[in-house]
Order: sequence, then structure tokens, then C-alpha cells
Amino acid sequence: MADKIVEGRAPVSQKPHTVESKENGDIGGLIEIEINGRPYSVPFGITILEACKRNNIHIPTLCYHEDLCLAGACRVCVVEIEGIRTLQAACAYPITGKIKVWTTSERVRKARRHILDLLLSEHYGECYSCVRNNNCELQTLAKEYGVDFYRFGHIKEKRYEVDRSSYAIVRDMDKCVLCKRCVRTCIDLQEVGVLEATRRGYATLISTFMDKPMLDVICINCGQCINRCPTGALRAKDPSDDIWRAIDDPTKHVVIQTAPSIRAAIGEEFGLPPGNSMTGQMVTALRMIGFDRVFDTNFAADLTIMEEGTELLLRLKRKLLFGDETVKLPQFTSCSPGWIKFIEHFYPEYLEYLSTCKSPQQMFGAVIKTFYAQEMGLDPSNIITVAVMPCTAKKFECNRPEMNSSGFKDIDYGLTTRELAQMIKEAGIYLPELPKSHFDEPFGDASGAGLIFGATGGVMEAALRTVYEIVTGRPVPFENLAITPCRGMDGVRQASVVLNDVKDEWKFLEGIELKFMIAHGTANAKKVMEALIRGELEGYHFVEIMACPGGCIGGGGQPIPTSPEIRKKRAEAIYKEDAELPIRKSHENPHIKYIYEKFLVDGPCGHISHKLLHTHYTKRGKYIV
Amino acid sequence: MIFPDKNVLVNEVDTLVRKYGNGRESLLPILQDIQRKFGFISDFAMQEVAHQLNIHPVEVYGVVTFYSFLSTEPKGKYVIRLCKTISCELAGKDAVANTLERELNLKFGETSMDRKFTLEYCHCIGMCDQGPAMLINESVYTKLTPSKVIEIIESLK
Repeated sequence: MADKIVEGRAPVSQKPHTVESKENGDIGGLIEIEINGRPYSVPFGITILEACKRNNIHIPTLCYHEDLCLAGACRVCVVEIEGIRTLQAACAYPITGKIKVWTTSERVRKARRHILDLLLSEHYGECYSCVRNNNCELQTLAKEYGVDFYRFGHIKEKRYEVDRSSYAIVRDMDKCVLCKRCVRTCIDLQEVGVLEATRRGYATLISTFMDKPMLDVICINCGQCINRCPTGALRAKDPSDDIWRAIDDPTKHVVIQTAPSIRAAIGEEFGLPPGNSMTGQMVTALRMIGFDRVFDTNFAADLTIMEEGTELLLRLKRKLLFGDETVKLPQFTSCSPGWIKFIEHFYPEYLEYLSTCKSPQQMFGAVIKTFYAQEMGLDPSNIITVAVMPCTAKKFECNRPEMNSSGFKDIDYGLTTRELAQMIKEAGIYLPELPKSHFDEPFGDASGAGLIFGATGGVMEAALRTVYEIVTGRPVPFENLAITPCRGMDGVRQASVVLNDVKDEWKFLEGIELKFMIAHGTANAKKVMEALIRGELEGYHFVEIMACPGGCIGGGGQPIPTSPEIRKKRAEAIYKEDAELPIRKSHENPHIKYIYEKFLVDGPCGHISHKLLHTHYTKRGKYIV
Repeated sequence: MIFPDKNVLVNEVDTLVRKYGNGRESLLPILQDIQRKFGFISDFAMQEVAHQLNIHPVEVYGVVTFYSFLSTEPKGKYVIRLCKTISCELAGKDAVANTLERELNLKFGETSMDRKFTLEYCHCIGMCDQGPAMLINESVYTKLTPSKVIEIIESLK
């Protein structure tokens, strides 16, 4: 079925692609060119930008992004080519002849400087009051090119109202430089289509449908646009002031949970290279900030696996043993709130395929305000639950009206990795130098299965480790529990395991090939849904979908910038930590066993779990009123 | 101009998609036909077109706002577009513009209360040798003078 999946919408010529070097032949065969007077041998067909990158020649870029199709909109990367009258955009010029390129000639430097001056003349805002101060591509370029005055003037008045209507995303069009990265992200990468360039010429404006506020349009809050915005035009809604207030209030018991992918990325905010796991240091920092309890969302991820795995087995039982045709298979995961909103809007008639499990964040909130409050003798109304997530959609999710099964708001505030790093810095802490410490009891330990939720394919791998063992009594037949078909960064992946020698109570599953599929990025989710509609997912049992490319490690709340390379490193950090943990399977986590003994006494998918840990979905539809 | 009923729009878009096809290249002809028939492209119409062409509503909105002759707001029965480019300007556009404003009791960019007239400026319509020129819906009027304008408006009233 993979080959039948239709390709994305961007024309092939604009798609990001890599040209492999070859000995001879047309595309990929080597060609001699000259850059800045020195000879280089580069593959035929690659762009000037790519050729320069491979040879460590720096060309500034602004609208170019590795994840996105080409735009050639900003012109910052212009270079001079001998014999061509005008300057050419290096990002969009494929090398098809023996050209001579100058990347830093006087003409090029002057043009770039003028382009920057023009961009700055329309860019309103003070750098110190900007969330992207010191991590802004426009600011970096201005410094690189020595901008010390505004040649073409500078806008003095605010022209646009800041759009704060969305739960997750704040838009300030005064800072927009019209690079269209957000447009390409939302349309090509995520297939949601919130933003597009509207109007014409000087009046061009990136806007939503009918210029409506972000809350009123169909946005899944994934925040991928924020991660790719070169300036501060798009940012996440920051609740840290409210959280500081709660911390400073002695009557409040402030509990924080940290998602699996935070530890793999937060170091980047403190200048470390991607792929450094900071688990212990982060826990210490959170205690120093003043959180009363620091919990690991991985525990809730384990809980999710128990519930979601059981739900899958129950669906299989009802369908295969009792022949109940109303049971929907494959079961889709429900951990990613961006994906949930995506399916609610675009495929509302397929909501029954979704697992009814809440996401780990919400499960943990419900458990904290019931079981934990009870164990500690606390009044749940005095507990403030904060969730550090790699995700902006979690900010929307915790505000869903149905997420209050404990009688209180399950999660009070959703915080992103970037905002947490900001809070840590504000507290005067340099994270990488802190001593390590361990999460608090009674949810102190989590399994490696919970940890790998942070990468695409992780939920599937974690679920298989548990489901396979429940059914057969043996661990999954993969070396060191690393279910490699689940891993990797391909957009849509599929694999299967055969269930042999099953336990007596699962006899109906004997010999069944458990087929599963993994997709990340909602453009890929769309392909999977279209395949489902065409009936091509017949025989599949379980589908994992994450709204963000790379899964949570590439989430909209993660440190900026992002690229395929960075996401790969973060995923490696997570898998490495998983391999080192003593407990690798959710059902072997002692705290999970404890909570099912003490609190969720009727077991996974039992009555209490259904009340607290499961949810229902809303058919939203894709029409905007 | 009455606001078209949703079902009417759905049927209309359906017909147009069958006529022009459901590729992205059919977007403009479909929008032009809707504009011609209803005088504007409502937000529901844009969403319906997006749905049927399998693109996003905001992309349709981007196209509609790009072109001056497509409109998201209802316009009058007669849309009067006076060329504001340099040849017509030199040929006496201002006098024509003043007459139009006075006769219609409208400012440029406005639509009359009875939705009969909309008055706006447009860029060059290629009648530079016969200026000042204007368009009323899809007909061209050239070599305009104030008295000629009064005559034309009277005939439409």
C-alpha cells in the first residue's frame, strides 16, 4: 500500500531533495564549477546553496528551510554568476553547467545589505521585548551584515493588532517578513492550511481565511509554524507568569510533569548540541524553581500503554472472537492533541477509529487530582498541575471542556520546552552544570517504553512490548527489545509481528499477523486517512499518528531551530536512554502495578479508568462559520 | 443583490466543477463564474470551492484577494471601474471622477444603499489611446466627458 500513497502537493521541482553523487550519468554526475575563483567538483543538478554548504562556503538564507519546499522569496541568498546579468537566488538555482559563482562580491554584499534594509524598514518591534531575542534569524543577519542604521527608514507605529485569540499560538504580523515559511509549513508539511499569502504587491499579508482570528479558523495548534518562523511573528502563548504566581502562593501545591521529549531537547536552549539528555539536571532545576513535586509523564505514558493496549486487545476480541462488526479497526492512537484536532476537523466520521484514551498529559492530571490528592491528603482544588510539553497543542488540549473528569481541570497549564528553559534562566540557573536528581514518589519510576513516546513510532513500540507479552507471555522477538521497524524518520512506516504460541485466554489470536502502521506529520496522517477511506487499511490493527514531523521531539514547543538532523539526534538520545533503563516495559513498572492495585481496582479499561482516563471526541467539521 | 442560499451555492459549485474539472487549474474559471453570477464570492462559496477542489479555503481566499475583479463583499448590480492610470489621468480623469461621484452620490470604493451601483478605481484597462476610460461590468466606455457620464448613468438608473 505504501507505493499507492499519493505524493504531497508541492511540485516536484520545488520539493526539498538531495542529489546523490554518482560516478557518471546526468543527474548526480560530477561537474566542475568555480566558486569565488576556486575550482570545485559538485554533483550535476544540486543548487548553488547546496554546493556551497557541502564545501563549507557560507551563504546567508532566510526563507529557505530544510523541511520545506523552495520559495526563493526573500532574496537574501543572492549570488553573482558570470554571464548572467541579474543576481540569482542560490537556494533555487540548480547547477547544470560549468558556472562561475561569486558569493561575496561587492555587488552581492550590497544587494544583500539593501534587501536586509528593506526587510527591516517594514519590521516593527523592539528586539529586547521580543521572545526571539538572540534566536532570531533576521537579527542574526542584521548583525552579520553590519546593519547600523535604517537606510530605508523604519516603521514607527504598530500596524496590526496582536492576535492572541488562540489557546496556543500568538500572531504578530508587525514582525512578519513575508518569507512564507509558515505558509509552506501549514499547507505542505501539515496539510492544515491556516495561513496563506493574501492580497497583492505591497499590500501582501500572510493571513487566515477571511482574516479571522486564529481561534475561529481550523488550526490544529501543532505549532510547527512557530518552529520555522525566522522572526517573532509567531510564538506560543506563554503561561509562565501564572505559573510563577502559583509557585509563589504558599496555599497552592504546584505539581509539574515533564514529557519524555523535553529532556532530549532542553539542553539546546542552554547552548548544548542536540542529542544531550538532561533528565536528572532538569529535575533538579524544577525543584530549585520551586515546584512542590516533579513527576515524569513517562509514568502516564506507561498508564496509557496499559489502557490503550488493553483497548486494542478488547477490540480484537470483540471483532475476532464475537464477530462484532461494529468494532472499528485499525485503532488509531490518541496521544497527539494536534492529530486529534486534525481528525475532528477533517475526518469527523472516522472518530470511532480513535482510541478513547486521553493523552498521557491529561491522564496524569486526572490521576494527580484524584489518586495523588487522596494519597497525600490534599484538597484537589489547591493543586495546580503544570505540564511541560514539547507541544503547543497541549495548551489547547488542557482547555478542552471535557477534560475535567476529576471534577477539576485535569491540567491547569501547558508549558513548552522553550518556556520552561526561559523560567529556568529567569531563576538564575545554568542547567547543564546542575547535579542530577530523581523524580518524586509515588510516580518516581517510569519504563523505557514510556520514554520512547517522545519519538515517532515510540507509542507503537511501547504498545507492542506490552501487548505481545500479555498475549504470548514472552517478550517481543526483537534484540534488546528494540523494535527497529518502528524507528526511523520515514513519513509512513508499516510492519507486522506474528502472534504464535499464545496463552489460552487469547487463543483466538493464534497465528494472527498483527499489522501496524506509523505516520508522523499530519500531511502523512492525511495519506493514511485517505488510504483508510479507500479501504486499503483492511487487515491493519493499530496505527500510530503523531501530528508533528519526528513525533514529540519535533514538537511545536521544542527549541528553535528544527531540522531533520536535529530531530534525528533528539530521537537517538531518547532511544539511548531507553536502552539504559532497568525497566523497559510499561506493565513491569512497579508504580503502574501499584496504581492498579490501589486505585484503578477494576483494571485497565475498567469502570474507574473509563471515568478518569478515557475521553470522547467532538465532530468539528472543516467549515468555518 | 440577495445573499445566495447555501444549497444554491453547493449546486452551483458542483455544476462548475463538472464543467471545468476539479484540478487546481480550474480554480480561476470557477471563481470568475461565481463572481459573474452572484456579484461576489461569499465565504461559504470559497469553502465549498476549496472542498470540491481538495485545497484549503485560505488558498482560495488568497486568490480572491489577489485579483481586483474578484470580490468577497457583495457589490452593486453595476460595478463602475474608472481607470486611474497615467494616460487616462492626463486625458481628464479627474473631471469624470467628480461627475461620477456627484451623479451617483457615492465615493470611490462605495456601494449604493440599494445595491445598484458600485464605484471604484481600476488599473490600466488598455484603453490608453481613448481615455479617459471606464468599465461598467464587462462593457468599456471610452473618451469620457462629464456630460457623457451623466447620460450613461441616467440610462442605467
